Amino acid sequence: MSFKNKIELVNEARELLYKYLPVKDELKPKDRMTIPLQEMPSQDPIVRRSNLEEVALGYTEEQARLEAMRCLQCKNKPCIAGCPVAIDIPLFIQHIVNCDYQSAIDIIKKTNLLPSICGRVCPQEVQCQLPCTLGKSLKDVDKSVSIGRLERFVADWERNTGKVSIPEVKPETGKKVAIVGSGPAGLVVAADVRREGHDVTIFEAFHKLGGVTRYGIPEFRLPNYVIDQEIDTLQKMGVKIVTNYVVGRTRQLLDLMNKDGFSAIFIGTGAGLPMFMGIEGESLVGVFSANEYLTRANLMRAYERGVADTPIYKSKQVAVLGGGNVAMDAARMAVRLGAENVYVVYRRTEVEMPARKEEVAHAKEEGIEFHFLQNAKKIIGDETGKVKAMECLRYQLGEPDDSGRRRPVVIPNSEFIMEVDTIIVAIGNNSNPLISQTTPELKVNKWGNIIVDENQKTSIERIYAGGDIVLGAATVILAMGEGRRAAVSINELLKNEKE
Amino acid sequence: MAKVLFKKQLSKDVFLMRLEAPLIAEERKAGQFIILQTNEDIGERIPLTIADADQKEGSITIIFQVVGKTTYDLSQFNKGDIVPTLVGPLGKPTHIEKYGSVVGVGGGIGIAPLHPIAQAMKEAGNYLILIIGARTKELLILEDEMTRLADEIIICTDDGSYGRKALVTEPLKEICERDKKPDLAITIGPPVMMKYCAETTRPFGIHTLVSLNTIMVDGTGMCGGCRVNVDGKAKFVCVDGPEFDGHKVDFDNMIARLNSYKELEAESHRCRLEEEIKIRGGR
Ligand SMILES: Cc1cc2nc3c(=O)[nH]c(=O)nc-3n(C[C@H](O)[C@H](O)[C@H](O)COP(=O)(O)OP(=O)(O)OC[C@H]3O[C@@H](n4cnc5c(N)ncnc54)[C@H](O)[C@@H]3O)c2cc1C
Ligand code: FES
Repeated sequence: MSFKNKIELVNEARELLYKYLPVKDELKPKDRMTIPLQEMPSQDPIVRRSNLEEVALGYTEEQARLEAMRCLQCKNKPCIAGCPVAIDIPLFIQHIVNCDYQSAIDIIKKTNLLPSICGRVCPQEVQCQLPCTLGKSLKDVDKSVSIGRLERFVADWERNTGKVSIPEVKPETGKKVAIVGSGPAGLVVAADVRREGHDVTIFEAFHKLGGVTRYGIPEFRLPNYVIDQEIDTLQKMGVKIVTNYVVGRTRQLLDLMNKDGFSAIFIGTGAGLPMFMGIEGESLVGVFSANEYLTRANLMRAYERGVADTPIYKSKQVAVLGGGNVAMDAARMAVRLGAENVYVVYRRTEVEMPARKEEVAHAKEEGIEFHFLQNAKKIIGDETGKVKAMECLRYQLGEPDDSGRRRPVVIPNSEFIMEVDTIIVAIGNNSNPLISQTTPELKVNKWGNIIVDENQKTSIERIYAGGDIVLGAATVILAMGEGRRAAVSINELLKNEKE
Repeated sequence: MAKVLFKKQLSKDVFLMRLEAPLIAEERKAGQFIILQTNEDIGERIPLTIADADQKEGSITIIFQVVGKTTYDLSQFNKGDIVPTLVGPLGKPTHIEKYGSVVGVGGGIGIAPLHPIAQAMKEAGNYLILIIGARTKELLILEDEMTRLADEIIICTDDGSYGRKALVTEPLKEICERDKKPDLAITIGPPVMMKYCAETTRPFGIHTLVSLNTIMVDGTGMCGGCRVNVDGKAKFVCVDGPEFDGHKVDFDNMIARLNSYKELEAESHRCRLEEEIKIRGGR
């Protein structure tokens, strides 16, 4: 697929739109099936290699309406079942066809509080777009209706036209609720609980809000202004925010209730403790966890060399280990930081990669090399303790494992050397240890994830949890879904206590 | 946000500051640290040990040496100024108990973090021997405070300008050789010093704690930047430490990692630092 710039894409879309608009209400499924999938306009790969601006530019109105017309409006609506928060997808899409973006966003927001984030980062191809009838008919999931792009379109429309409304807040109840962590899970609990009139305070360990959406996912995929907008809305609703506050350290979890008078707590502290492989040479200078690399670049602004005080390693040859979104982000950030060659090294093949397809495509366009069926065996350092090379092994796919993916099996004696000066490890995270370490009463599973019941309640009364700290490293949409469920429970708990 | 309540220059590059932080003052225990930034947007997050706390005043004391951009900026804050980011207390507190006799070794700026631990060990009823050392007399800090705490104190300087002319390992070895050897050693200072102190006590089988000050970013166990090799395993200093068994720490690797950004810093920060020093009249 050759790169088309935004103007070309829009012109093509406009022409087709004029053709279909007059007949939009009479389109038969077979007509709809012939409308070409609308490509996402994006920054030129050559240009974007050296900037941090958003890569995907978003559909124009013409593209959005045309893409919306592709939806077959089928009876059984399998997309809704594929959506973790069950947005009425065909209905919001129909409103786009009719240019009624306000109704479209209202429908999305009934169940999804963070559409401009989810539209950008949800793995749609394994959620709503996977069972899409259009995709099935065309025998290609990549040809399903681009639901995520449409979601983003209406969310951006709302922001750009200044139509973001501040949700109504019921009269003050005087009951205090503490939210620990300001990632997607915490943010939605704050909004939903505040709406009922409760006095909500978010406690965040970092100096900035947003959790992984701020310090992990780079600006070129999710710009900061999108997150700022969500936080601004919360503040306008009267949610209080305390940064630089580590629950478990600055204040013990239970003291929030016992000393500070909070009636309920939500824990949304996310994933923590990056995993390493435990191979030789992993502590050499030049080996980073993706979390560290991305946090330095995103949150600490090390990307802006010469402006920010936080340094970031100067790399020429970078290997990124892993195949998820985190690996893609780290690799693409390394490109932007000036690395000459960036290799993604993954034990399985492209099909098994958990990263969003769009990110993989973007990474390839940006010149990142993928080395499938390979993995690090040991890291080799120079005499000063810096990474000099990596010894790798080759793999082949064997029998499927528990996850249903075919298990990679080492090919004996397949060692070879890859010359790199930097290695970024992106093979996953364990759980954040801080709260469980300091609150032994809180039950966690063997991976350190907090155990909750179907209402997101933990083993301690009045304390709820959700998001990555419960699920292990998961997704924004799942964190949000858990947050909404927790908010319902907290609101229920407090309502029943009205004296 | 924390207001500077008091500032004092202890020696050429070393400053003491009291910062308004009532919650940290209330919760902190010996051995814990804070992370601060001098600028919330572009500042680096650096860890500093809490040297003391005053619950009544609601303040904590930090003592730091100007070694880079952030510590330099911090040294330019004055009474009434606001430090934009201050978070803590972080890390596991020192395990305090009555061991019998405890020898504490503090080198240079490491005397500051040793102070609260020494205090707590004393209060727990230990016989306290303190060895404090610095390159030269000028750089020796907290002499009075440490002398007041100690049952025995030995002061040394590398150049002999004050106290004994010796490295701290010398008196440490003598103390280990006594008939009644100490039950615990705690050593805090430059990594090389801690490494050699640990080597000194190793043959005597004296349990030796070191307090590590690695590079950190979040301080909550999220990034792994602070990891060190302890007994062949990766440990995260911010949540597993900062104290570890000195006989098990891979100091050489830790020193290499501490220097990860040295060249870069030298390159990008020196020019700005010089610029700033010029502007601010070379203070
Ligand atoms: C690089 C990267 C890329 C990703 N890409 C995608 C993607 O494309 N699509 C997708 O759906 N998901 C993606 N994810 C996963 C997604 O970001 C997470 O699943 C989601 O952010 C989890 O939300 P959360 O609210 O549970 O926690 P987090 O977002 O992790 O937020 C937790 C917050 O709690 C704070 N905190 C922690 N401990 C404490 C404490 N003791 N006291 C106070 N505050 C504390 C943290 O500082 C943090 O701000 C990605 C993750 C990473 C790291
Ligand atoms: S400082 Fe990030 S994990 Fe310790």
